[in-house]
Amino acid sequence: MTAQTLPLFEIFIRSKRGLDHRHVGSLHAEDSAQALDYARDVYLRRSEGVSIWVVNSSDITASQESDVASFLDPMDDKPYRHATHYKLPKEVDNM
Amino acid sequence: MDSQSNTALINYCIALGDDSVTLGHRLSEWCSNGPFLEEDLALTNVALDFIGRARMFYAYAAELEGNDRSEDDIAYLRDCREYRNLLINELPNGDFAFTMARQLMVDVFDMGFFTGLAKSRDTMLAAIAAKSIKESRYHLRRSEDWIKRLGDGTEESHERTQAAFNELWAYFPEMFAMTGEERQLHNSGIAVDRGALEENWTSTMHAILKEATLSVPSHEWSIGGGRDGIHTEHLGFMLAEMQFLQRTYPGQQW
Repeated sequence: MTAQTLPLFEIFIRSKRGLDHRHVGSLHAEDSAQALDYARDVYLRRSEGVSIWVVNSSDITASQESDVASFLDPMDDKPYRHATHYKLPKEVDNM
Repeated sequence: MDSQSNTALINYCIALGDDSVTLGHRLSEWCSNGPFLEEDLALTNVALDFIGRARMFYAYAAELEGNDRSEDDIAYLRDCREYRNLLINELPNGDFAFTMARQLMVDVFDMGFFTGLAKSRDTMLAAIAAKSIKESRYHLRRSEDWIKRLGDGTEESHERTQAAFNELWAYFPEMFAMTGEERQLHNSGIAVDRGALEENWTSTMHAILKEATLSVPSHEWSIGGGRDGIHTEHLGFMLAEMQFLQRTYPGQQW
């Protein structure tokens, strides 16, 4: 058994109650229960958080780098899509 | 407290510290040799828990002694025959299955032992025990999990784990043996009655082994002697490495 053949897990930690879980890194483990144990040893030994999520990395569907141009471009030629395009009435101080 | 009871209490603390420091050192030998990175970190974290536990027992013993001997002197300047740890803790790591089998036997024992010690009339021992239970609960979660994975894993992992328990089984009765001083401390509400823990330990171990598809080893022979300073040939080599720095550079600190 080597780490190369073990599945990879993404680790998310919530540092305080009320905050969101944030991605902190990844590790190898046999299954999600073991990943949770290892996450505790790797990321949570100095009270860095109050809750851990582990997610099998293969369960994450990610956008592709090659799609950036067509998929994520904000389309700056269509300024009406941006809130800044619209003039606000004077009565609205902050938006 | 009269001086005889004080000596008994000091010896009790040193023996418990020796149990922790020997196993802690053995576990630390896995550092950089673990089967994979994540397990390497987890094993050394457990090693640190045991070494920390040893420090608490030694520091208390040094305080009770009230002379110049420090916790470091107790750990680093005593020879093999002065060590009072149970033999199971000093055995070499063997393969990963052996390390985890030993760990499970110790962790199941520690859960019962420290639960008892947390009720000690000695408030310092009770405080050390309360901290140790939390650690042991996590250690047990790991060792139990690993034994089930290994026992119910591949043919090879099953065989290795079974072989480990077969060899280790001779060392468990020593965990439940009381020294004369221990009995005396137990009568005054300070020490734990080890004998009373055996039934629960046995049934817990049997249940875990069964779930791991392992068989309970036959109880053919057993060995003890650690509490009298009679050790296996392995402890001397371990102490030689552990104590080298303090022996070569006395009083060295960092």
